[in-house]
Amino acid sequence: MSVLIFLDQSEGHIKKNSIEAASYGAKVAELLGTTAEGIVLGTINEDLAGLGKYGLKKIHSLKNESLNNFDDAVFTDVIAEAAKVINAKVIIFSNNFNGKAIAPRLSVKLKAGLVSGAVALPELSNGFIVKKNVFSGKAFANVSIKTEIKIISLNANAYKVVEAEGVAEVTELNVTIPASKVKVKEVNKVVGEVPLSEAEIVVSGGRGLKGPENWGIVTDLAKALGAATACSRPVSDSDWRPHHEHVGQTGLAIAPNLYFAIGISGAIQHLAGVNRSKTIVVINKDPEAPFFKAADYGIVGDAFEVVPKITEAVKKLKGI
Amino acid sequence: MKILVCISKTPDTTAKIAFTDNNTKFAEAGVQFILNPYDEWYALVRAIELKEADPSTVIHLINVGSADTDPIIRKALALGGDEAYRVNSTSGDSFYIASQIAAIATKNNYDLIFTGKETIDYNGSSIGGMVAELLGLPYISLATKFTLSGTSATVNREIEGGEETDEVSLPAVVSCQKGVAEQRIPNMRGIMGARTKPLNIIEPVNADSLTSIDSFELPPAKAGVKLVPADNPEELVRLLHEEAKVF
Repeated sequence: MSVLIFLDQSEGHIKKNSIEAASYGAKVAELLGTTAEGIVLGTINEDLAGLGKYGLKKIHSLKNESLNNFDDAVFTDVIAEAAKVINAKVIIFSNNFNGKAIAPRLSVKLKAGLVSGAVALPELSNGFIVKKNVFSGKAFANVSIKTEIKIISLNANAYKVVEAEGVAEVTELNVTIPASKVKVKEVNKVVGEVPLSEAEIVVSGGRGLKGPENWGIVTDLAKALGAATACSRPVSDSDWRPHHEHVGQTGLAIAPNLYFAIGISGAIQHLAGVNRSKTIVVINKDPEAPFFKAADYGIVGDAFEVVPKITEAVKKLKGI
Repeated sequence: MKILVCISKTPDTTAKIAFTDNNTKFAEAGVQFILNPYDEWYALVRAIELKEADPSTVIHLINVGSADTDPIIRKALALGGDEAYRVNSTSGDSFYIASQIAAIATKNNYDLIFTGKETIDYNGSSIGGMVAELLGLPYISLATKFTLSGTSATVNREIEGGEETDEVSLPAVVSCQKGVAEQRIPNMRGIMGARTKPLNIIEPVNADSLTSIDSFELPPAKAGVKLVPADNPEELVRLLHEEAKVF
């Protein structure tokens, strides 16, 4: 018996959300009295044995270059094979873009119940119950998994990374890689920025900023905080900011530790994308802006005056 | 070409979320239900666009639900689509629902199966992947663009910080989100026509649920915003550092 964690990688590095899944999986293994093992597909530029510090006893690696291109069916087949070999009873994913494509396929392949969007460790006192977000962040559901093999995909920033001592044993996985039916033609991503889905702090701007030329106050604050930048839907629709920055009902749903909303009124559709943030700060000159009802801290004032001063104060505090 | 669009009924975005029966059921009283936005604005509209480009295209809609959902299905038919199936069942998790969809798909040999990215009530994002695996088909999830070229498709898929462009041969399953199409409003002709389009009610096939919801919970109520005067933004930074400890 074991707990298997899929460690998603991008350009040879394990994604941050997968490290969270590793820590989560290690704890689940501990609760079940078994061991946690990881699986990595494709070319890796990191020391895999070092992943032992997140509580993983073994890493199964399949370095084949073809696996540097994502194909959910291929990945599902390979992970299913590995799961059988190590007798994995619980399989953990990050509920990120790749996780959302693989986990449901694997659920069918292994006839394993899946909880996607988990936010807590499983409750084991009365079966196997996993809490997940529902109603777009407005509630939780406690979901019971009834099958022998169970799959959990963990929401980003829902479980804190735990580091300890430990070195993992690294083994080469020996499974057949099925042919891919999907051809990856091109990958277009912004490099050198904190990816929004992994960011612990996010600074976001809305229509209140009046135009893309005014975004300096957002990017300056983000830089000072080491944060990712985001925006509301109207901003994205008007092409003031790149589309991947759009957070909300029809954009990305995020759950950072700190969400700074500048010049955003706080429509329900926007809240649906950010209501799981641990702390929300709202800067808006309209005291009636609905966002203040969802905020933890706020300033009613002119963003163009207030935000640069916040940035200065942050820099002073950080000594930068 | 034959397209299947999977549609769901969900509570309206602004619905108040509350639970009854000892927190085991969603409180439906007074709640307005809608067609899941991702299904309507992206999956269904894209299918309709493909039919507008090639009128020989046939679009089927499928829903797993009770008779309450019929008005929502008619609304979808008013937007577009030639006929609909409703699998008469409310009991079942994503695996159960995907099994029902796969049973119809196996009979009808669709070239393309569209779903929305996720439902706004359960947020599972699983139906597309499960249907693809049940049918042994390729799956492109979270598509932001879909272009058909003969018997294959070029699909842009969202990844961290950007997009990936994939090419896939049909038949395939694609889950759709913003970018795939633009929301439409049904016109009078569509609404009138929807009344006579076939809405086939069929009994579910035998399938398991692999999970079940034990109970629901609401998050703890927020304490209420702590307002800091605009002339003292340094105080906000101090609070975030010392009190909220977020940096």
